[in-house]
Amino acid sequence: MIQANIPSTQTFLKEIIVRSTTPQGMEWLQQKTELLSSENAKDKDLFLSFSAAPRFVGKSPLQLTDQDLQKAEELREGFNPSAWSAAQAARTLLLLSLPHQDAKAFQRRVETLFSTADMGELVALYGSLPLLPHPELFTERAAEGVRTNMGDVYEAVALDNPYPADYMTEEAWNQLVLKTLFVGKPLYRIYGIEKRSNPELARMLSDYAHERWAAGRPVSPELWRPIGPFIDETILEDIKKLFAHPDEVQQEAAALACAQSNFVPAKELLDQHPLLKNRLESGELSWRLIGNKTLALQ
Amino acid sequence: MNTNNMLLIDPHVHMTSRTTDDYERMRKAGIVAIIEPAFWLGQPRTEAGSFKDYFSSLVGWERFRASQFGIKHYCTIGLNSKEANNEALAEQVMELLPLFLYKEGVVGVGEIGYDDQTKAEDKYFRAQLELSKEVNLPVQIHTPHRDKKAGTIKSMEVCLEHGIAPDMVVVDHNNEETVKDVLDRGFWAAFTIYPNSKMGNERMVEVVKKYGSERIIVNSSADWGISDPLSVPKTASLMLERGIDPEDVRKVCYQNALDSFGKSGQMHESDWLTPANVDQREKFSDNSVLRGGQTPVVGDINTSGELDSNIVR
Repeated sequence: MIQANIPSTQTFLKEIIVRSTTPQGMEWLQQKTELLSSENAKDKDLFLSFSAAPRFVGKSPLQLTDQDLQKAEELREGFNPSAWSAAQAARTLLLLSLPHQDAKAFQRRVETLFSTADMGELVALYGSLPLLPHPELFTERAAEGVRTNMGDVYEAVALDNPYPADYMTEEAWNQLVLKTLFVGKPLYRIYGIEKRSNPELARMLSDYAHERWAAGRPVSPELWRPIGPFIDETILEDIKKLFAHPDEVQQEAAALACAQSNFVPAKELLDQHPLLKNRLESGELSWRLIGNKTLALQ
Repeated sequence: MNTNNMLLIDPHVHMTSRTTDDYERMRKAGIVAIIEPAFWLGQPRTEAGSFKDYFSSLVGWERFRASQFGIKHYCTIGLNSKEANNEALAEQVMELLPLFLYKEGVVGVGEIGYDDQTKAEDKYFRAQLELSKEVNLPVQIHTPHRDKKAGTIKSMEVCLEHGIAPDMVVVDHNNEETVKDVLDRGFWAAFTIYPNSKMGNERMVEVVKKYGSERIIVNSSADWGISDPLSVPKTASLMLERGIDPEDVRKVCYQNALDSFGKSGQMHESDWLTPANVDQREKFSDNSVLRGGQTPVVGDINTSGELDSNIVR
């Protein structure tokens, strides 16, 4: 279990919120965090302050330095608030102020917020999952988040969020990766994309590529990233097809996928493309580069 | 037959019952913002959970859907008068309201008021007026179809009895018979241009000619019945055509809606004046408004303001 230290996280959040809100906003937030941390706080206090946060704290984007981002990473591996607003950080702070000795009571309150949330609240709730106490209680909720059709909400759970990689079952994880491709969002922003790759996912992705080819639709070159380590005789045929593709970025993806494989025929296939192999070895090719190129083409 | 590219607001429309074609046509006709009041769904709900999910969809999915067409979606939240008559259920719905009234984009308590003018309707109307005071939000009042004039006057008297300022209350579904009483008391007077059962827009033109544009608001109340989500643009166009001053048209089809519901602090002109930036690519191919094979719209949606016919009778 991975658990961020709650008092340190609270201190960090306050430090970054103060730069993007007014003194009045900060005072309101301080008052509400104190109220919510007391044992006699009512459900209604939580519901109203959680909803009202943007009215008092505002929705300005957080002003983060590289140091802040490094601090975030130290607090919780993969925690990346670079796309967060002041309101989102404030809502996270409110959640972290709740008493949580009674795990079931804590879960019930958070689930009530989820079940009545507006879009901004959903973004904050899903984004907060890796920081919350009792993170293991929210795996089903995270899987539900992947089923959303609201773009911002999907990004909050699936992208730049370490929760799925750390807590989701393989089944849910595979759906997340497949859906991210399906909705045209970048795979490189999925935390743990390589760590959680698995043979079943490789099969699903290869099937998906075949389905797209059959329909005459483009296939994102990022699709081959989780496949690389699982190249076998069947998938090798896909990779050959990529090397023969007229788009350079598809050939680059083929080379990167082969480089991740221990399958001898894949290594031999890469040897047949010395130019690409050179660029690989010089460090010029990376999945990040492929991701950026793909986004630019959309 | 044109609105001269005027910006328009439809402050009463039930988009949950409408299609994406409607959103597209509304945006093309110049509608930049809409307000969706919580109401009944054509048949009574039997569980409080149905209300919870309905309210959630008003602040969630429906708002998202509107955004994909460059339309800002706001809503009012309340227990409608018809369903207030199921008291056991009404009690549970009242418990839900505080969860939603502070959500982003909730611009009022509504639509509430009287339908059959029963005791139960009166009880929950008053309870929600008290709630609106507590959260300092405008009130959107549905006036009854039957015994309309008496019901309208009673609605306003009850508001005053509860100490609600008239300029915090939009009285809806007015007609030639009720408008004077509403304006004289200082309330906002909204008119629904709805074929057959409510106002036609030729009558609306005459109302504005007679009473001017102060505190008068035009809406469509388009829903699951035979109704017209282009009522506001058609009425704006007809008013211009029949010689009403463009500034007056702007007030009744845009500014007054903003000034009244803007008192919530949740609705600002800047919400839609910043470039539309409709990017359907951002959105979803899976169960989204875009299905395979459709070309996403990127950038500003082209607003023509042109309509085939602008009469609603």
